[in-house]
Amino acid sequence: MARALRYLGQAAVYLLIAILLGIFSDSPAYLAFPRDQALIKLSLVHSAQRKVPCRKLSAEELAELAPNMRKPMSCSRERLPLWLEVRLDDRLLFSKSLPPAGLSKDGPARVYHRIPVAPGRHSLSLKMRDSARTEGYDYQLDMEVELEALQNLVVDFRPESGGFILR
Amino acid sequence: MTLGIKGGMRTGFLWIEDWLDRAFGPAWNPLYHLGALGFFYYWIVAASGIYVYILFDTGTTEAYDSIEYMTVEQWYLGGVMRSLHRYASDGMVLMMVVHMLREFALDRYRGNRWFTWFTGVPVFWLVIASGITGYWLVWDKLAQYLALATTEWFDWLPIFGQPIARNFLAPSLLDDRFFTLLTFMHIAVPLILLLVLWIHLQRVSRSRIHPARGLALGTFAMLLALSLFKPAVSQGPADLARIPAEVGLDWFYLAGYPLMDIWSKGALWAFTATLTLIVAVLPWLPPLRRVPAAVVDLKNCNGCTRCTEDCPFNAVSMQPRTDGLPFEWEAAVNASHCVACGICAGACPTSTPFRRASDLVPGIDLPDRSLRQLRDQLEQAAAALSGKARVVVFGCDHGVAPRDLALPGVAALSLPCIGALPPSFIDYVLSRDLADGVFITGCRKGECYQRFGQRWTEDRLARRRDPYLRARVPRERIGTFWAAPTNRRRLVQAVESFAAGLGAPPPAPGGPERPVGAPEASTEEAAAHG
Repeated sequence: MARALRYLGQAAVYLLIAILLGIFSDSPAYLAFPRDQALIKLSLVHSAQRKVPCRKLSAEELAELAPNMRKPMSCSRERLPLWLEVRLDDRLLFSKSLPPAGLSKDGPARVYHRIPVAPGRHSLSLKMRDSARTEGYDYQLDMEVELEALQNLVVDFRPESGGFILR
Repeated sequence: MTLGIKGGMRTGFLWIEDWLDRAFGPAWNPLYHLGALGFFYYWIVAASGIYVYILFDTGTTEAYDSIEYMTVEQWYLGGVMRSLHRYASDGMVLMMVVHMLREFALDRYRGNRWFTWFTGVPVFWLVIASGITGYWLVWDKLAQYLALATTEWFDWLPIFGQPIARNFLAPSLLDDRFFTLLTFMHIAVPLILLLVLWIHLQRVSRSRIHPARGLALGTFAMLLALSLFKPAVSQGPADLARIPAEVGLDWFYLAGYPLMDIWSKGALWAFTATLTLIVAVLPWLPPLRRVPAAVVDLKNCNGCTRCTEDCPFNAVSMQPRTDGLPFEWEAAVNASHCVACGICAGACPTSTPFRRASDLVPGIDLPDRSLRQLRDQLEQAAAALSGKARVVVFGCDHGVAPRDLALPGVAALSLPCIGALPPSFIDYVLSRDLADGVFITGCRKGECYQRFGQRWTEDRLARRRDPYLRARVPRERIGTFWAAPTNRRRLVQAVESFAAGLGAPPPAPGGPERPVGAPEASTEEAAAHG
């Protein structure tokens, strides 16, 4: 009788552990993103133009350099900050100056930003300035987008492909 | 505040252990095998993982498909293996967390035990990292959520040239080779974990990495039944074009993920780093009062190795003789490992209170609590005893406090561990008629604070381990009862019952004979159910 009770007690403990493992291995479910929203994800990496433009060295300047160091152009390392602006239906969603990466500020500017938006048809406007200009934009894309709930619209940037890319 | 929390946790653990003792017995009590169970789960995870790996295909769509195949088509083997892989992993986290909490509650992490605690902290994170990389491999909606959330969290650190989360922007950007890399990580991290576990156990001798067979069988049967009853399943294929809204989190591994949505990434890093740091430095918050380590007296050490054999913390080693005496070895104490439990002194054959011609200086002893002091205390306490059944109780600092045994005719003495009691002291008490009986107590059966004190004591009394209790000592005048501090009432009953038995007439010739050195079964049984 005592032995049966002991086995019963052991079974109860194993059952309790099994319930713990069984339940908490995948529940309760976690709502990671609202079901009635879509997402615009800004994710781009791009180097703005150099802060000081490259300059062609004169023959005298080249002669002063060691033979193995004679590159015709002299370029500063530091890059300009990138200006990025995102509007949805004329509503400003993102507007920021993105600094170049690196201790010498010679790396690309980068952004990774999530913007939940309501699903539906929207006019999306993307603008970027990667030069020293203060008026206008170097890249611009205006288009209509149809977003479904839970859709993930990625805004990327590839200058070799002409600028902004929507994925 | 901390003491209050720790005290409450300690009482809670002792109470649960008490109940588990009734169901499992001390040999199978899961709380006494938490580390060993963690190891056991690790091997189940490894074995089931090898099978899952055979069927697993690395590729953006192949990964999910291959896991679906083993879950659905081959549910009877592949599905069970996958489920065992998951549930044993969860069990590992459960055992690990309870193990940490229990070591904290029982104050077994400070002083020279800091090393084992400290190296346990990376073990925790390596286990969690192993689990997360495993969940990525499934490449279902949960994996997608984890991949994005984890990489976004890591991108907060200014160490990556490009955000690593950009790898998951679109299906076309995800390369099959990424899964090869992930598979490598999912194998490499657990292997590193094994290495750190080996380091974790460096300061404990005879570490118990295998649970009792019955417990192992029971826990495996439980995992198998759970795998059949509720198989682990995927949560739909990952689709980077859509956001996974609701995910079924494995809360054993992923409980921290919702914090990413509540706090900023930086705040979560700060929280994680602070929590890790606090847990890592807990052994010094506050530090344990330093007790001087055991010291060797070479004039009395013949290099017999018993102290080395019995030390629970690898603090005593043997080295070539340095004093010119004609012995090959001498004992040497590593003070940074020694917890001053005194088990080495209890094992030393020179630790005999009968010595009168020379002073009682064993080959190895504790400077603060020497055996000479113990003999003086014993003689003083015994001299005050009177009555028909005088009992000397030897207990330990971690069981029931000796002051709680203030019974008439009973003198209680406390040692740092019951293993510090040389068997010759029992002989000394009875042969010198200092008392009519000797009662031995200590931590609860199967769970010695100093790891082996209770086990070595039982073996010495039963003449299974050197130094033996001399055969001439009448076993019927020795009682034992192992009790946690919360079992005071039962211990008192056991001592009273033992004392009452001392006055009873001796058993009739031909009656049942108790094995030499075996505990007083009647006393213990009666008290255990009292």
